[in-house]
Amino acid sequence: MNSTPRILAAMLLGATANAGLAFAAGTHPVTGEALAENQVFTYRVLDEHSSVDPQIVEDVSGSDVVRDLFEGLMNQDAQGRLVPGTATGYTVSDDKLTYTFSLRDDAKWSNGDPVVAGDFVYAWKRAVSPALASPYSWFMELMSIKNAARIIAGDVPVDELGVSAPDDRTLVVRLSQPLPYFPQMVTHATTFPVNPAVVAAHGADWTKPENIVSNGAYVLTEHIPNERSVRERNPMYWDAENVLLEKTVALVINDENTALTRWLAGELDRTEVPAGQFPRLRKEHPGEAISFPRLCNYYYTFNLSESGPEAFKDVRVRKALALAVDRRIITENILAGGQIEAFTFTPAATANFEVPDVEIASMSQAERDASAKLLLAEAGYGPDNPLKFEMIYNTSESHKRIAVAMSQMWKQKLGVETTLANMEWKTFLEARANQDFELARGAWCGDYNEASTFLDLLTSPSGYNDGKYSNTMVDELMTEAKTANDTQAIYTKVEQVIAEEAPIIPIYHYAGVYMLDSDVGGWPINNIEQNWYSKDLYKIAE
Amino acid sequence: MTAYIMRRILVAVPTLVILIVLCFFLMQVAPGGPFTSERPLPPQVLANIEARYGLDQPLWKQMWDYLAGIVTRFDFGPSFAYRDRDVNDIIAQGFPVTLTYGLISFVIATLAGMGVGVVAAIRHNTWLDYIAVGATFSAQALPNFVMAPILVIVFTWQLGWLPGGGWNGGQWQYLVMPVIALSTSYVASITRITRSSMLETLNSSFIRTARAKGLPEHKVIWRHAMKPAMLPVVSYLGPTFVAMITGSVVIDVYFSTGGIGRAYVDSALNRDYAVMLGVTILYGGLTVLFNLLVDVAYAWLDPKIRY
Repeated sequence: MNSTPRILAAMLLGATANAGLAFAAGTHPVTGEALAENQVFTYRVLDEHSSVDPQIVEDVSGSDVVRDLFEGLMNQDAQGRLVPGTATGYTVSDDKLTYTFSLRDDAKWSNGDPVVAGDFVYAWKRAVSPALASPYSWFMELMSIKNAARIIAGDVPVDELGVSAPDDRTLVVRLSQPLPYFPQMVTHATTFPVNPAVVAAHGADWTKPENIVSNGAYVLTEHIPNERSVRERNPMYWDAENVLLEKTVALVINDENTALTRWLAGELDRTEVPAGQFPRLRKEHPGEAISFPRLCNYYYTFNLSESGPEAFKDVRVRKALALAVDRRIITENILAGGQIEAFTFTPAATANFEVPDVEIASMSQAERDASAKLLLAEAGYGPDNPLKFEMIYNTSESHKRIAVAMSQMWKQKLGVETTLANMEWKTFLEARANQDFELARGAWCGDYNEASTFLDLLTSPSGYNDGKYSNTMVDELMTEAKTANDTQAIYTKVEQVIAEEAPIIPIYHYAGVYMLDSDVGGWPINNIEQNWYSKDLYKIAE
Repeated sequence: MTAYIMRRILVAVPTLVILIVLCFFLMQVAPGGPFTSERPLPPQVLANIEARYGLDQPLWKQMWDYLAGIVTRFDFGPSFAYRDRDVNDIIAQGFPVTLTYGLISFVIATLAGMGVGVVAAIRHNTWLDYIAVGATFSAQALPNFVMAPILVIVFTWQLGWLPGGGWNGGQWQYLVMPVIALSTSYVASITRITRSSMLETLNSSFIRTARAKGLPEHKVIWRHAMKPAMLPVVSYLGPTFVAMITGSVVIDVYFSTGGIGRAYVDSALNRDYAVMLGVTILYGGLTVLFNLLVDVAYAWLDPKIRY
């Protein structure tokens, strides 16, 4: 009998025994906390995820799953800083147009195949291929990868994409223009590798639990659409020995309040707090109701296009309306979950961004109201000639409460008459995209942690600029920011122009408001993008 | 009778085709499309996606390809919102779930509703009748979207007896609350209809005749009153059965059962055309089938009806 299998078996046994010892000891290797017997994390998701195919996934809850199943070149740590993932690091050329990533040699797929640079090349070409038609192909264009835009447009074959693998451990990426935040972008799901053989063998069915092969810390073991998906520790993961959590379960629970009841019943470790309930829950469950800033904003946008009302073309009217909104009432009385009053478009929590001084922020609400009255009177509106317009928002209880509060503030302080109209989501989006509105709700969550992900929205060429605000200075400054070394001065200037011209009314910056069981360790509260990895979580013994 | 059934089946085919065509064009009229999103896709990306799904073809061609796919391959098309699955997958996963809890709820609602209704009618104006009527009204005043969260609060949080949601392959613990929430208001309706129909029957002349003959009361009720009293109940049960086995979005939402009701509503919100059409065809087909069954049951119950 050949002795190799026996030696292997002995090694395997030894390894298992070691792992067993580590768990029997039952303490976290870094923090020293006693670990729970049952290392399972269960959390609530609002909706069924769109896909777990890295190149296709487009929603937040799907990306959370994909981040566990697949590992990209780089990961984020609990603070949101870049740490090595499948790549151990990268170098950048002097012209900042070529990035070279070195891949670790012990990275494996869950079927035992080694992860090679060619898998990334395959995945990235897949992301831009018109045949796959990924709804997130634009992300590769945003990353400024050479030829991405032309491939998506069908002008150039997929093989021309600026990415190559000179050997199995080296990935070279060529950009069409320098992009200071490029390395941050490779933590995004679209850039994660896939196993070419598995995708080829199963086609669209490759992501089903029985077929899927992944290279992350977890593998998908169960997926029942609209009910649950389960991912379990991947023993083939290169750092598997440091992964404490055995299993992560995502339960689809559409109703927030039912989810909260199930959290109270101990069925869930994490759920969202419904608007307005945070103060009560914080009192009743100290330490388990948590709130932290998110990389998202909430605003109203004026329609400044030709189809928009004449009144909004007058900057005094826009400023008056922006001034008269008492944001504190909205953040403290309506939402009450630690949301932050907003006077700028970019959230303060954004990396390398300091909220600039804008006049409106330093005034008291009484001063703002007085100034608003003056401005509106100057613009020719008053009791005899009241300003009238319609504001639209998508159907939701909290959007409605905010809209009602705003319209009341305007009515009481300025005598403005507003009509509120709520719309079903897609109808709302269609109306907004076609400038078929006067004042519309908007919200934006950053695609990456840098101010341009927000401020680009207010440039003329942006496809997301539904209010059609156009200012050459803003456009030029934002173009300059793409390659500038010091961006703070530029972003300050842009925010000041926006505060002065008020094409939008910033209302608040989001907070993540969760009920999180006190036995969950390692939750990255300080990762503003909330890019969390199950491999960094653990359950503490109660 | 056989000829009648054949005729009805033949009429069902054009009915379904009209339903599909109507639904197909109504969906196109609704604002927004499957790929309308908060982050509007760049035109090139959108063009690629539309080409992939044939949405760049003229409408009549899309309609034709869709029907041809159903007839030739029994393929109801892809899901735009969930690219890992197609319509057949979604129905195959969701329909059995809904069928299970719907069927159980239907049997419970029918047995309980008819039983209570008959008893209330026989014991007309006694305390039994008053309790039945009182309970019926309360149950109808408590819609399932109010009842579902209350059940979760009581049985999951306070008592800790039942899981607050999920399906788990249809294990009984996961079925209890969905079945209670779904069947309660139907029990009430069936009770009400059975009671009033039974009362009316018991007051009719042929019952008086039967009693005058000296037949014992249980024979009068079972032999003579039951069948005619069931006519309005049966006509109510046909569409009710379809409604129950095709699911309730409320049950799916509150108990995360993964049933087809939720998938149907989601498909409308997502403008997931093929899923919406597929489930509509399923619902339509079931409705046609059960209306036919009800008509056949009528002939059996009422000797005056002949086809």
